[in-house]
Amino acid sequence: MSNYVILPILIPLLTGIILMFFSRNVTASRIISVVSSLLLVGVSGYLVHLVKVNGILTHEVGEWKPPFGIVLVADMLSALLVLTTSIIGLCCILFSFRSIGIERERFYFYSFVQFMIVGVTGAFLTGDLFNLFVFFEVMLMSSYVLIALGGTKLQLRESLKYILVNVVSSALFVIAVGFLYSVVGTLNIADLSVRVAEADQPGIVTAIAMLLFVVFAVKGALFPLYFWLPGSYKAPPSVVTALFGALLTKVGVYAIFRVFFIIFYHDPSFTHTIIGYVCLFTIVAGCIGAIAYWDVEKIVIYNIVIAVGVITYGVTLTTEAGVSGALYYLIHDMIIKAALFLLAGAMFTITGTHSAKKMGGLIKRHPLLGWMFFIAVISLAGIPPLSGFIGKFLLVQGAAESHSYLFMAILLLSSLVVLYSVIKVFIHAFWREPKLTAQEEKGSPKGLLLPIALLLALSVFLGVGAEMVSPYISDAAKTLMNPSIYIDAVLKE
Amino acid sequence: MEILMSIVSGILFMCATYLILSRSLLRVIIGTVLLSHGAHLMILTMGGLKQGTVPLLGENASSYTDPLPQALILTAIVISFGVTALFLVLAYRSYQELKTDDMNDLKGCEDDE
Repeated sequence: MSNYVILPILIPLLTGIILMFFSRNVTASRIISVVSSLLLVGVSGYLVHLVKVNGILTHEVGEWKPPFGIVLVADMLSALLVLTTSIIGLCCILFSFRSIGIERERFYFYSFVQFMIVGVTGAFLTGDLFNLFVFFEVMLMSSYVLIALGGTKLQLRESLKYILVNVVSSALFVIAVGFLYSVVGTLNIADLSVRVAEADQPGIVTAIAMLLFVVFAVKGALFPLYFWLPGSYKAPPSVVTALFGALLTKVGVYAIFRVFFIIFYHDPSFTHTIIGYVCLFTIVAGCIGAIAYWDVEKIVIYNIVIAVGVITYGVTLTTEAGVSGALYYLIHDMIIKAALFLLAGAMFTITGTHSAKKMGGLIKRHPLLGWMFFIAVISLAGIPPLSGFIGKFLLVQGAAESHSYLFMAILLLSSLVVLYSVIKVFIHAFWREPKLTAQEEKGSPKGLLLPIALLLALSVFLGVGAEMVSPYISDAAKTLMNPSIYIDAVLKE
Repeated sequence: MEILMSIVSGILFMCATYLILSRSLLRVIIGTVLLSHGAHLMILTMGGLKQGTVPLLGENASSYTDPLPQALILTAIVISFGVTALFLVLAYRSYQELKTDDMNDLKGCEDDE
């Protein structure tokens, strides 16, 4: 029963290992990947149910009691994020069948996707700071390979930068862990929370908290540290960018949530003020980028930056509405960013270009793709029946309750900018006179639309079925806002 | 002793930062290696350099050094070894493909508008 928590890590790990033996047999690789992804979706769905019924599940690896052993913790937030990750993984794998190309498939593509999912689910489920570092590295190393796989000039150049930035931030993470260990003498998150509260050294603990914030801000692409993201995410094929955009930055955001809600809540007037301003600048910087470009992928990439800023601001909101809004927005954003990158990939498959100015009239021959893009656009902007609305609504409510009126204004204005930036793509690429005749099209989107439709259906469900989803989200928010629930569940006091 | 070690790892960080900001790719990689050396030395120092014997129970000593930072470093060393190996091979590949090791020539994006 308690072993259940480890399954979302174990399934993709074993699949990744098995897939290494089938690298030359593409059909077998595809079947194994899909079966395992479906299994992972089922297992994580059941994990969400278990957490809902039984409260926080913990698994002490090797029967060592925390804080001495490594402990895996599935609270509602982790379980929901694992479920979202597994669904996005499944859709991206389905999309890659017809888009990634046989050469990449034969060179362990599916293995690396599985290993990246191991890193992401592991980072969501771990209850130990150094173990979080290790899962970060698992995730990052697979992403290094996925970004370079194929070896085009652009990919090589951008992967060098991507690796350099992440090596530096990983070294900073190690240093921060070392500092924290010397101050409190433990690495278990629940135990850290207890000891940080007891430790009578607020200055040094705040300094370490901000160092960790810098580390996670690099991973999550917050304002002064997002410089690496646009170039790196432009390089790999769309399906890899979809995986990165949906999962990698969000792990950084999750780590900020975990660390600042559970461990470092003792000096909010200093730490949370800085985080708040960093997030506001992030939103503004993302907005500028989203307006500036005509490249479909670049626009979506800057929309990631905006969303990361919006979600991370949730850390500073003190009411349950604000925090659940941020979590709702986090899950919505993971799904919709994956869908948008896949849509950009499908458009690239048809036109052979990423520039919205060079496309035109796609809706004549691809009405389904066009209207799917439209649904994704209005969901991203937060139009009422769809999923983006609820998250933004709760965030605005939370901001009003915590008197963060500046954030409220910037959030609402940024929604307009987001809507403008993507509707610009819709108008230029799907309306106007067609630029390509049926013969000139570079490829057909056949088979690419199913995974996008799955993601969009989920996004619509998150919006329309908000009544069904919100109890789960508010559970997650409650655990975050009361660290004692988490600590009691892990340390069993 | 801790103060001396802190100064040493500070110097390592300083050299690493200087090298990472340079133009040649190999210098950058040497910088990342020094950075991870500095970080590992930092964990060892932060765990405490108190006198004690090696963490082997066979020693039957009254006090041992802290085993946890040593395990952390061992993990961090293999991880940074893996990443450095990948980074070096990638640098070699991009030298073959792009015919340069100057970071200034690796700027920008072809399809930037």
